[in-house]
Amino acid sequence: MSWKSDIIGETGLQFYGKTAASLSHEMKNALAIINEHAGLLKDLALMAEAGTPMDPGRLTSLAEKVMKQIRRADGIVTTMNRFAHSVDESIKDVDLGEILEFGATLSRRLASMRGVTLEPRLVTTPVRITTNPFFLQNLLSLCVDFATAAAGGGKTVGLSAEETENGAQVRLTGLEGLGEVLLDTFPATREKALLEALRAQLAVDTEAGQLVLALPRDID
Amino acid sequence: MRVLLVDDEEELVSALAERLSLRGIDVDWASTSYDALTQVESKTFDIAVLDVKMPKMSGLELKRRLQEKCPDMKFIFVTGHGSEDDFRAALSEAGTAYYLVKPLSIETLIDKMNQALKE
Repeated sequence: MSWKSDIIGETGLQFYGKTAASLSHEMKNALAIINEHAGLLKDLALMAEAGTPMDPGRLTSLAEKVMKQIRRADGIVTTMNRFAHSVDESIKDVDLGEILEFGATLSRRLASMRGVTLEPRLVTTPVRITTNPFFLQNLLSLCVDFATAAAGGGKTVGLSAEETENGAQVRLTGLEGLGEVLLDTFPATREKALLEALRAQLAVDTEAGQLVLALPRDID
Repeated sequence: MRVLLVDDEEELVSALAERLSLRGIDVDWASTSYDALTQVESKTFDIAVLDVKMPKMSGLELKRRLQEKCPDMKFIFVTGHGSEDDFRAALSEAGTAYYLVKPLSIETLIDKMNQALKE
């Protein structure tokens, strides 16, 4: 194994762990809310047994809140499952728009911790490339991490995909604080290793406040 | 006892507040750290129950700011994380031993609040 393979392996595991931790935290919150609503139902039942009239509207409202959290938890499990399967194929034909949307789903909670909103901009026509989907998702996550730090709290980072002459590109916009962050720390070794593995190029446009990731149409 | 609950999961914190209230505890809640800081300007609380991970300002940072305004206030942290080592290190840094892991047991929460107040 070369040192670059080691770096890619290590950063991939870190990405996997960080994502699993974030999703499991979300799941814990959904379960905690269901727990409180169930507890409240039990409290109301005990009060009814003691003679306090029970409001059917209140019961309906609590049941709806439980169902809402079950839908949320189901969405988290679906995301976890899709993420787990993202390593199934090392090279695959993918729609870059879908990759971006899924990447935004994975990074949304961590971005919101910084007070940043992620806004994937959907395109009507699929932007298809053949690439390593897990490496790409990992690189996007690192770019989003850098972008949310550069954007600053209360801001929105846009993510869009478009076709180019030689393949496709991803644009992360709204990084108004780019001039204030340490650009000599990004891209760092791990981003550079992933860029090389994906045969991609990253341009940081301080003036426009954006990152542009250029990807080949076919990694092979 | 007067309690301030702070968690960015609004449905969680409001339901928990109602359950504590049904048990005769005087409770207010906030879904952001900034709201919590505003509330302590006009009301006095004996104890604050804080989620550790919240957007923009963490529970640990909120505790530090609340302590500046309310030196006698007691604190209990709540976390969704099972990573005990990291969490204990953070608590040790924040100077508190009281914490609970979600999902909460309301009886355990009330026990912890009583213990913290006896400190």
